[in-house]
Amino acid sequence: MTAVKTGTTANTGSTGEPMLRIEGVHTFYGSIEALKGVDMQVQAGEIVTLIGANGAGKSTLLMTICGNPRAKFGRVVFEGEDITQVPTFEIVRRGIAQSPEGRRIFGRMTVLENLQMGSITAQPGSFDRELERVYTLFPRLKERQAQRGGTLSGGEQQMLAIGRALMSQPRLLLLDEPSLGLAPLIVKQIFKVIEDINREQGMTVFLVEQNAFHALKLAHRGYVMVNGNITLQGTGRELLANEEVRTAYLEGGH
Amino acid sequence: MEYFVQQLINGLTLGAIYGLIAIGYTMVYGIIGMINFAHGEIYMIGAFIAVISFIVLGAAGITWVPVMLMLVLIISMVFTSIYGWTIERLAYRPLRGSFRLAPLISAIGMSIFLQNYVQLVQGARVKPMPPVIQGGFVIMERADGFVVSLSYLQILIIVLTTVLMVGFTGLITRTELGRAQRACEQDKTMAGLLGVNVDRTISLTFVLGAALAAVAGVMVTMYYGVIDFFIGFLAGVKAFTAAVLGGIGSLPGAMLGGLLIGLIEAFWSAYFSIEYKDVATFAILVLVLIFRPTGLLGKPEIEKV
Repeated sequence: MTAVKTGTTANTGSTGEPMLRIEGVHTFYGSIEALKGVDMQVQAGEIVTLIGANGAGKSTLLMTICGNPRAKFGRVVFEGEDITQVPTFEIVRRGIAQSPEGRRIFGRMTVLENLQMGSITAQPGSFDRELERVYTLFPRLKERQAQRGGTLSGGEQQMLAIGRALMSQPRLLLLDEPSLGLAPLIVKQIFKVIEDINREQGMTVFLVEQNAFHALKLAHRGYVMVNGNITLQGTGRELLANEEVRTAYLEGGH
Repeated sequence: MEYFVQQLINGLTLGAIYGLIAIGYTMVYGIIGMINFAHGEIYMIGAFIAVISFIVLGAAGITWVPVMLMLVLIISMVFTSIYGWTIERLAYRPLRGSFRLAPLISAIGMSIFLQNYVQLVQGARVKPMPPVIQGGFVIMERADGFVVSLSYLQILIIVLTTVLMVGFTGLITRTELGRAQRACEQDKTMAGLLGVNVDRTISLTFVLGAALAAVAGVMVTMYYGVIDFFIGFLAGVKAFTAAVLGGIGSLPGAMLGGLLIGLIEAFWSAYFSIEYKDVATFAILVLVLIFRPTGLLGKPEIEKV
């Protein structure tokens, strides 16, 4: 692994101001209220996970952070700046990258082109270095770099989605269900990578998962979302031990 | 044989022009999924600007053909680009996200508006244009005196179109702008998440399409020597046919479709009847749509989810 300096200086951690602060966020799809006043925060350097059932609003929260859809009420504050009304394409430039729900690989572009798309907002000249880093994390992507995204397997597409998000050298990485639909071995591999980029590069990670067991084990802190509300929060360990969490999300599988 | 070769040359020239216009249709369709019915009018405006700038340059004493031509092309491309950008801004962008037919209706309205606007400003009579480039080569001569000729202008049209298409393909496949365009075609939300300014990318698509249509307009002005406010309609419909024939959304498809439509038209006029050439073109469109609805090169991609 190349030990290169990235823009991961935790410039907000020292003051106690969280890197990401979500205050009373309400988001609507038409007249349906998907988020009903969400409050949460992510400190620089943390892995924070958000667990919850299907349709609880987890993906909506990640998309709201990126301004698509926009929060109707409440604020999203990143590194001290209110980004609630900042255009989506501008938010990435500020250092937030997302590997979204459903991976959203560009199927008719090659793997390399997908990664090039990821580096649009990166510092000029950083491309080769970041590409090398992504290929080190996911050697499979290097083997497949000339192949079209649409021809990759589910696991490879997930690697590509994460790799593409990393190409922009984000300070905050948003991951939406990276384990969904993948074989256990691949899930393990992907969680290992998440742990590595957090530990070695100090990248802050906000991870949305249905695979609660894995996610809580990995995360420093976690939140539980039910019907657009945060109902529980605590360290990963606390939540793993929590009775409610155990019955609702952990029992019967994983 | 000689007759055939001559028609081949004519067909290629015509096809090159259709191809240039068709690219605008196919790109806009690719990126926002609508048919820009005002695109033919952009081409017509390009032709008018060509006539005007030829006259102005002539009056200004700039008559050396290469310089004159270069300037006319640039002026025409700049102005039509502004038109293309403005049309998208005024007529399509406010309707984005509304129901699917809305921008289509708006496009038809825009097309009618532009035709009438040019008719009002420039008058309804045809505008003649004295030949700028004359002469050519005689390639073959038949015993009965039939001459196969390839004019300098035809060479220019074919060469310029080829250069533009090669350059344009490079732009789409290799540059960051091209990648952003293809990304927006496939998934605008994701493109936005990665930092692509989607609105700007769409605007630039209109600008590029308009610039290519302007080149076609300049060429047609010189090739036929007369233009009027209505030429955009038929050329537009034919270029649209070319785009559909090649596979709408596909760039090589638009070029191939343009070429085929040009050839069909030339050969049909030559061997059957000139009155029915448009019928032949559209009949082929119908056949393609029945038997190969995705066009010749437009393949639906197999994508795993």
